[in-house]
Parts: sequence; structure tokens; C-alpha cells
Amino acid sequence: MRRVELIRTIGTYGVVIALAALVLFGFLRYDRFLSTFNVMSVLRYNSMFALVSLGMCFVIMTGVIDLSVGAVAAMGSVASALASPYGLAPGLAAGVFVGLAAGAINGLLVTRAHLLPFIATLATMLAASGTALLLAGNQTVSVSYDSGFIAFGQGNFSIFPVPAVFALLAYMLGSVVLNFTSFGRTVLAIGGGEDATRLMGLEADRVKFIVYLASGGLAGLAGVILAAQFGAGQPIEGVGWELFAIASVVVGGTLLTGGMGSVGTTLAGVLLLGILFNVLNFENGLGWISLSAYWQSVIRGLFLLVVVILQAKLAGTRVAI
Amino acid sequence: MSDLTRPALATRTFDLFGFLSRYGTLVALALLIAFNLAFTRNFATLQTLNVNLTQVCTIVIVAVGMTLVIATGGIDLSVGSLMAISGALAPMIFMSKIVPIDNIYLAVAIAMLVSVVVAGLFGLFNGWLVAYFRIQPIVATLVLFIAGRGIAQVLTNGNLQTFTVPQFQWIGLARPFGIPAQVIIMAILVLAAAWVLRRTLFGRSILAIGGNEKAAQLSGIAVAKVKLAVYAITGLCAGLAGLIVIAINSSSDANLVGLGSELDAIAAVAVGGTLLSGGKATIVGTLLGALTIQLVRFTLLANGVPPAAALVVKAAIIAFAVWLQQQNRSR
Repeated sequence: MRRVELIRTIGTYGVVIALAALVLFGFLRYDRFLSTFNVMSVLRYNSMFALVSLGMCFVIMTGVIDLSVGAVAAMGSVASALASPYGLAPGLAAGVFVGLAAGAINGLLVTRAHLLPFIATLATMLAASGTALLLAGNQTVSVSYDSGFIAFGQGNFSIFPVPAVFALLAYMLGSVVLNFTSFGRTVLAIGGGEDATRLMGLEADRVKFIVYLASGGLAGLAGVILAAQFGAGQPIEGVGWELFAIASVVVGGTLLTGGMGSVGTTLAGVLLLGILFNVLNFENGLGWISLSAYWQSVIRGLFLLVVVILQAKLAGTRVAI
Repeated sequence: MSDLTRPALATRTFDLFGFLSRYGTLVALALLIAFNLAFTRNFATLQTLNVNLTQVCTIVIVAVGMTLVIATGGIDLSVGSLMAISGALAPMIFMSKIVPIDNIYLAVAIAMLVSVVVAGLFGLFNGWLVAYFRIQPIVATLVLFIAGRGIAQVLTNGNLQTFTVPQFQWIGLARPFGIPAQVIIMAILVLAAAWVLRRTLFGRSILAIGGNEKAAQLSGIAVAKVKLAVYAITGLCAGLAGLIVIAINSSSDANLVGLGSELDAIAAVAVGGTLLSGGKATIVGTLLGALTIQLVRFTLLANGVPPAAALVVKAAIIAFAVWLQQQNRSR
């Protein structure tokens, strides 16, 4: 038990320390790194990934996985772009609705048909991707610029980007749910040991279904932001988002075996991976080196490597199987 | 079937689920072929066969390695990225971008060898993470899923490499006796892997590990070494598949080679009847699974269904096939 506590502590502070170090590095090295413009751009851009990763965090804590989030986000972006001429609310509702629908399908496949989460969500991924292309007629769908829809991606509350504010609210809500509700405790209990949870009389299937529903809804919301931010519903966007979300969650110190995790550090994980890219851009701007944007994947992969090796080392040889 | 008409056996209930889950893939394949013979024009031609086989080849080659990994209870998400690495590396070598090599045959031989071996080494790295650090396979291979494509892009600076080098491209374009070269490679790989899995100590060890790792360890199987080997083999398979893809395309785009093929391969393995939790695996099943998925796609496209809708159908079929198999297992 103590060992698990230790991993948790290091998992928690490790990512926060790394994030702080990276920000400090950027602040000392680049003039405009902490300028309002740059900070807000980073937050605006990464809010999509943050939402998807929040859903993934809950999914992983429950001990399952959701590979469909990227395709669902793409589907959400198309649906919201199609509904955008009717205004912000319909656009938002359309995107979130298709996300919830996909999440419900995942939930049913896993809890009712008892498919392995990996396969169930893989199938949903393909189906969502196909549906996105069908809805969009195989092309990007321009959003309406007159209906106020794009404010959801491009607008500001005072200086804060609208999508970032929504992402932050979602994380606060997620944190409260995880730490202060019986639902949150059940999520961790299921991830810790599903059979035991069932024997205790907790409704594992219901909780899993809701977690999938939430993950789908958040992916749909991320899709709305994608459409509003870039002015188009993009049926082929979102490829690989699911795996980057998993990476953020893992970097944030949540064990992939479930049963343990934190919402706040997941956000730190998202920001860490996102800011790495930003730092790379600034470094190139200095002109000393010229690392292409492609290095970001390599560096992200290395980061993930360091984190998982550290986790495995700290966990000894037993926990991480 | 004639048995069923006899009254004595009429009371025996026909175990439909059991039958379908065991032979479901074969039945589905037979139904698809029958449907196509009846409704798709020009289906029974050598060309149709070749088109389908060449399209399915790289997936099968990757899926053979994936079957072995899954049989140990693991998974490998990095295969698509490893394809991109070998696909990026080979043209750089035979087009003498790294070191000038005068003899084109020598250059091609070195290019093929080096790029496949490099992919194998990356596979070994996956195995090292899984076997010695005991990192969950899905996370361990996620590292190279992300970094691997980045490495391929960095190597080529993201540029498209185009080439016309018949000495290399035979691997994707040659047709000895009318059979595409890659189909022959695929057939050899499938046969070899099926033999290894059934008849060799290594193969039995793979299944033992997937069935019960602790018991396998206690019975003296070198679990870590076997795991290292299967991930390395999967890397080699992915490297080979990467070469075939770029040979067919006459070009290599690090952004695209192998994109999504990890999921195609896993789907083929699952539809083929290999347990995703490990311990039971069938290479021939994987081949049939890949063929079924390919033929579904072909059937839909050949009959005018848009590609996007074909994706949705493919998803439904994967989910249904896996569900069917589970019905049998749970009883």
C-alpha cells in the first residue's frame, strides 16, 4: 500500500514539477513566452485535447479504454458545423449529442455485449469515422460565420479563450465528481478490482456506461471546439487523438491498470505535452537550431518513455502488469 | 447434414453459436464469395483475386506478427510507425542519400536488410519495455507509436521520396507465374508462423505465456526471452510490410506509410478467432480474418456503396464477429 502511495506522490508532483520547469525554462529563454497572446493561444489550442483527455482519464481509472475519442471528435465537429447556421446552441447540441450517442454505443457494447473495451471502442472508432465522412460528404464542412457559432472556439471571456474556460470548468467538475461523490469512489473501486466491486453491490456496469457516455460527450464537445476554432467541420481530423490522450493521462500519473488517478495531474500532462510543442517553436524562432515540427512526436514519445519507466521502476516489478 | 433428417437425431439441438463461433470466419468468407459470384460483375477473374490479395498482403504480414504478440497476452500499437521507419529508411539507402553505393543491387540489398533489421530492433525495444520493465504492452508500444512516426518524419524531414527502381520494387510489383511477389512472401510467412506456433517449443511457449504467465514461468519457460522475440518478430514483419507499401506506391511518405495499420491488423487477428487476452491463437484464422475484412470492403465498394459507409459496415462486422466468438467461450 505504501508503495502505491509513493507512486502516487511522485506521479502527482513529477508532472507538476516538470511542467513548472518547462514553463520556467521558456520564460527565461524566450521573450514572449509568457506574453498574454502566447499563453492564451496555447490554452485555446490545447483545450480540445484537455477535454478528450479528461474523459479518457475517467475511462482509464475505471480500468477500461476508449479508442474512439478522436473519430468521435471528428464526427462532432462535422455535426456541429452542419448545425452551425442555426446558431451556437444548436451547433453545440449537435456536436455533444453525436458524442453522447457514440459513448452510449461504447457503453452498451462493453457492458451488455461484453466485448473487450479495446475491440468495442475500435469498432466505434471506425463507425464514427465513417459516419463523419458520410455526414460531411467526404469534405470539410464550413461553419457559418454569421450565427455566433465560432465564438465557441475563437471568442474570449475578457482575455480568456472561451474553449479554455469551458475546459477548466469541466476539469473542476471532474475533480469534484472524482473526489467528493460516491460515483467517483465507485470509478476507482471498479478500476481497483471489478469483481470485488460487484460483490460489494456496486453497480459496475452502470458506472462504466456513464463513464463511456461522458467520454463520448466530452469528445463531441472537443469536436465542437475544433469546428468553431478552425471554421470547419473536419471528418478526417482526430486521427491519433485517442493515443495522445492516453499518453497525457499516463504522463499525468494515472496508472493504466485503473483504480488510481487524478484529474488535476491529467490536465498538467496535457499542458506538458502541449507546451513542449510551443517551446520547440520558440526555440526554432531563436535561430540557433532548426528542429522541424516532426521532432515534437519524438520528444513526446521520449517523455512518455521516461514516465512509464519511472512508474514501472517505482512500482517494483508487480504493480504494472 | 443428412444426419439431421433421421428421427433419432432430431432431438439433438444444433449448436448454432458453437458452430458459428468456431467456423464463423470461414462461413462468412464463403457467403461473401457466393454473394460476389452471384452479384458482382467480373468477380471470378484472376485480376479481382490479385487486386484483393495485393491489398490485403501488408495487413496480413503485420497481422502475423501481431497474432504472436497477442497470443502472449500483449499488443503492439507501434507497427504502423515501424512501417513508416523502414519505408523512410530504405529509399534513403538505395538512393545513396546516406552513403554512396555504386552497385544498385548491392544498394538495394543493404537497404532492405538494414531497414527491416532496424524495424526489428525497434520491436526488440518494445519487447524490452514489456519483458524487463513489465510495462503494460499498450503503453509500452504507445511510446513508439508516437515517437516512431516522428523518427521517420525527422529522417526524411517530412518530404515525399519518389523513386523508380525496379531492382527494389519487385517486392511489390513483380508477378512470377502471375502471382504478385508480395502474395508469395505473405504465404511463406503465414505457413512458417503457423508451423512455428503449432509445432515448435517456441510456439507452445508463446501460447503458454498467454494462457497463464505465472504458470509458464514456473514450468521453466524463459518468459522474458520469448516476449522479446515476439515483439522483435512483429517489428521485422512491420519493416517488411513497410517496404512492400513503398514499392507499390513508388514513393515513401513518412506521414502516411502504415497509418492506422495497427488497428487493421488487430481487427484481422480478432475476427480470425485469436483470443485478445492471449493463450489461444490461429495464424490461418488471422489470414481468413484479414481476407474477410478485405472482401467485405471490396464487396461494398464494387457494388457502389460509398467508402465511408463501408467503414461503418466494417465496424459492425468486427464487433459482431468478436461478439460471436465470445458467446461460445462464455458457455
